[in-house]
Amino acid sequence: MDFAFFLIQLLNGLQYGLLLFLVASGLTLIFGIMGIINLAHGSFYMLGAYLAWSLASLTGSLAAAIALGIPLTVLFGMALEWLLVRRLYDRDHLFQVLLTYGLILVFEEIRSILWGDDMHGVPVPALLNASIPLTDNLSYPVYRLFISGVCLLLAYGLYLLIKKTRLGMMIRAGASNRDMVQSLGINIKFIYTLVFAVGVALAGFAGMINAPLSSVFPNMGGHVLIICFVVVVIGGIGSVKGAMAASLMIGLADTFGQVLVPEMAGMIVYLLMAVVLIWRPAGLFGRA
Amino acid sequence: MTASRRSLALFLVASLLLALFPGVGGTFYVQLLTNVMILAIFAMSLDLLIGYTGLVSFGHAAYFGLAGYVLALLGPQYEAASLWWSLPAAMGVCALFALLTGLLVLRTKGIFFIMVTLAFAQMLFFVFHDTKLGGGSDGIYIYNKPTLLIGDFALANLDNIAHFYYLVLLLMLCVYLLLRRILGSTFGRALVGIKVNEHRMQALGFPVFRYKLASYVLAGALGGLAGYLAAVQFGFVNPEILSWHKSGQVIVMVILGGMGTLYGPVLGAFAFVLLQEAFSNQAWIGEWAKHWQLGMGVFIVLVAMYLPQGLAGLLQRFGRKAEAKEEREEQP
Repeated sequence: MDFAFFLIQLLNGLQYGLLLFLVASGLTLIFGIMGIINLAHGSFYMLGAYLAWSLASLTGSLAAAIALGIPLTVLFGMALEWLLVRRLYDRDHLFQVLLTYGLILVFEEIRSILWGDDMHGVPVPALLNASIPLTDNLSYPVYRLFISGVCLLLAYGLYLLIKKTRLGMMIRAGASNRDMVQSLGINIKFIYTLVFAVGVALAGFAGMINAPLSSVFPNMGGHVLIICFVVVVIGGIGSVKGAMAASLMIGLADTFGQVLVPEMAGMIVYLLMAVVLIWRPAGLFGRA
Repeated sequence: MTASRRSLALFLVASLLLALFPGVGGTFYVQLLTNVMILAIFAMSLDLLIGYTGLVSFGHAAYFGLAGYVLALLGPQYEAASLWWSLPAAMGVCALFALLTGLLVLRTKGIFFIMVTLAFAQMLFFVFHDTKLGGGSDGIYIYNKPTLLIGDFALANLDNIAHFYYLVLLLMLCVYLLLRRILGSTFGRALVGIKVNEHRMQALGFPVFRYKLASYVLAGALGGLAGYLAAVQFGFVNPEILSWHKSGQVIVMVILGGMGTLYGPVLGAFAFVLLQEAFSNQAWIGEWAKHWQLGMGVFIVLVAMYLPQGLAGLLQRFGRKAEAKEEREEQP
């Protein structure tokens, strides 16, 4: 493996990892703060991608599609929390699994009814449609670098939001003691709705921004969902920092796995998870 | 009638109805019901974990699929395998897999347990999906159904739809009675105790970890029984039978029926498959039949919201009403 090839795989791995982080951070926030296991999280990723595809073909621009799509996903997340999720806070995890498993089926069919069952490509925006030449015959697409950059920015923004703002303080307080925060006069119900909506929007945004690379196709959320659960568990449930570390780990392991040991590639991430959990049963950054 | 007499009567009536069914049902429905009963065995084996031991496994499809692959890979390619060794082999491999993974996964709790069981099932999925071992993503055919011979005499011909139906029915009833018996024993009571309060059971001197492991292995072996029968019925295995969707489905069956009741998951399997048939029946709902998952999904959501005790909970509510009525009639 020469250096340029290695560099490409490294960048691909990082880009994949950062994208996973967007989806997984929503998942880990929803679980860590609200205590909800959300199997439908992959569906939000899929809905985001389809939204990007249909809005981009309507408006002719991916940027416009994303600008329109984000408010839609936020509203969608708020409605979902308000209608369904809120009723299951006090219940056993099992019922959350059941509810969100049902939602996967519903969203998959809504996708089929609205957009059909075909695979669609989404063009890379013209401005970013270029490649950086590395050697004579190897080059790296700018759009992938762009995605990595956006994901890093968002990750930093998320960090600031949670650690440095008043809202972030309320969110963290709500995670450790909901009733206490409520009795201090903070509208914890609204904060929960907000956290859920932010989680949905992050997954949806990941689907939108990645649509030109992955294309959009039925059941595209399933794989992302399971991998993101692995990320969340390795990182430690509820830990955004852990989600970042684990996303990068999984992104690199998966990318290099597919190059070096293609027959084992599917297994590697799960093997990694099993090893981490035997070593640290609450994940890398989890509090046991 | 007392509650236990009533449930015995219900059990006998249900068994009798199922036994009579091939006499009236057409081929399609006999096969459908065979499939339902196989899934009922699968769901009961998971109920032992979820409903009685308090272990929410999200990787139970691993055993279902593994047993099918054992039959497909160990059996001779162009001849029939004998059920006498292939069934114990399939269940044995599943029990062994459960023992080895159980030693690891049972160290974790709650959401971590859910995810680690999923992880092991996914690993198995990719072993069969990505390597040539089991025909990759295309799977393998099982050309000949296993034989069930004593000497030269065939006890049952598994190619015969009715014979296979009765074999599955018999096995389902055996599994039910076996689990009932186990759950009524000290061991079974201890499992429920572990579900309610693990530390207290530990303090009382029960070997909690070993009990959980035993339950996990037994559930794995019985899940393997269901998977073996399914592979025999369809004559085909592919990685889909190991997928997390399958694990999700069986959880739905257990909760839909009512966890921790044993007969609930059987009801759940019936309701799940029959509803799926109804929602995808073109004659009944026309164009929308191809979107059958929508109806299924909405139904599952409603169960999660409004029916936490499942169908068994509904039945018990009726049972209690009937009892109250009898009592009223006894005291004029």
